[in-house]
Amino acid sequence: MIEKKRNLWDWTNSINRGIIYVIIGIVVILPILLGLKEEVQISPSVSSAYETIESLDSNDVIIISIDYDPASMPELQPMLKAILRHAFEKDVKVIMLVFWPLGLPIGTEGLEEVAKEYGKVYGEDYVNLGYRPGDRAVMIDMGKEIRNFFRTDVNDILLDSHPMMRNVHNYNDIALIVGLEAGRFGEFWVQYVGSRYNQRIVLGVTGVMAAETYPYLQSGQIEGLIGGLKGAAEYETLIEKPGFGLTGMAAQSWAHIAIVMFIIIGNIGYFMTRRK
Amino acid sequence: MSISTSIWVWMAALLTLMVYSFLYKDNPFYRLAEHIFMGLSLGYTLTILWYNYIIPRVYEPLFLPPHQWSLIFPILLGMMTFGIFSKKYSWLIKYPLAFYVGGYAGLRIPLLLQSWIIRQVEASFLTPDKFTSLMSSINAILIFAGLFATLIYFYFSKKREHGFGAAAQVGIVFIMVAFGAAFGYTVMARISLLIGRMQFLLHDWLGIM
Repeated sequence: MIEKKRNLWDWTNSINRGIIYVIIGIVVILPILLGLKEEVQISPSVSSAYETIESLDSNDVIIISIDYDPASMPELQPMLKAILRHAFEKDVKVIMLVFWPLGLPIGTEGLEEVAKEYGKVYGEDYVNLGYRPGDRAVMIDMGKEIRNFFRTDVNDILLDSHPMMRNVHNYNDIALIVGLEAGRFGEFWVQYVGSRYNQRIVLGVTGVMAAETYPYLQSGQIEGLIGGLKGAAEYETLIEKPGFGLTGMAAQSWAHIAIVMFIIIGNIGYFMTRRK
Repeated sequence: MSISTSIWVWMAALLTLMVYSFLYKDNPFYRLAEHIFMGLSLGYTLTILWYNYIIPRVYEPLFLPPHQWSLIFPILLGMMTFGIFSKKYSWLIKYPLAFYVGGYAGLRIPLLLQSWIIRQVEASFLTPDKFTSLMSSINAILIFAGLFATLIYFYFSKKREHGFGAAAQVGIVFIMVAFGAAFGYTVMARISLLIGRMQFLLHDWLGIM
């Protein structure tokens, strides 16, 4: 039996995936280890998200909805912290609520960390309502009275005990909703609250969801869109507070270059072997 | 370099490495980490649901004064879904499902029409305010052309020839660009997750960064 001689192009078509993993690992780890920095270009969608929060007055109340869990934490947690820093810097009051059970501890951790940085007082400057199941029903009913579903906060304290909540009853008292989304809840905010109650909404979404969320921005149903780690890095740049979003950008770019190279080499290999 | 002394950081780091060991091949360490994750997340979710839903929404309104007896009907309706676990009583699930499907469709269809169709079509109109600058003009024309060509591509009641066929071909190009954008964002998202873990391992665990 004559064994077919394999050339370089055959090799590109059957490359061991372990080699790809190692190369991707190296191009991600090296920029982090070397502390490489990269400037990011601000996209109009993130800029409009920033401008929307920038336009709020002090003492305005916003809702931040934590609709993600640890699996999406690397992308959405930097967004949460950047938005909280921006809001607290402007003395905007924050209500945090959670629709993903596993999002509760990470949302709470982010909120407490940033609130401490800015010396904010629980109950006066921010409140954590915690998790409630029933997402869409909760969203709709909050248009009548937030207390229908959130009689108490995450610590089981009555909402009326908190000074900042005394005059907050429904969406008429909320200046903006910021949804941080790893699933379909952003869509629900737009459809059940934006359309129905004419509520201003900004969404921060995972990279996977960004492309499908753009139509909401283009049609004016949301006022800003922050997409993936890149979006978080852009927001950190805008508020001039570098965080994990920006430190990951160099690794992101190098990994993208490596993947583009893999795609090019793989395609050339495919066409070269097909010609034979 | 200051390695973390927190047992929780060590545990998280070791679990991360155990999960990544799957990249080499399936192994007992990976399966252990997977099972720990499944068990923990399920237990955590159940506990959260119990204290945030069953206690305040079912137990307290029913058994503590003032008793809201009317809640018995939706609770019974909900409990009928458990009929699915019995061959004899599986028909019971039809009633809560009928309520759910009917109610949900009634609630969702008008909102979907509003946000997916009416607002999107409205946004694609070539109104004068879309032509304020060169870039916005190009964007407006591209969006209009893309919507038009893509809709033509999904129109199957006419033979694809001449101008109609050409428009459908343009539609394919727009669809491919949309797929490419979605794939690009997906790659970015997956790499972001890897970066997040590497930052955790190098910063929080090993204290190198």
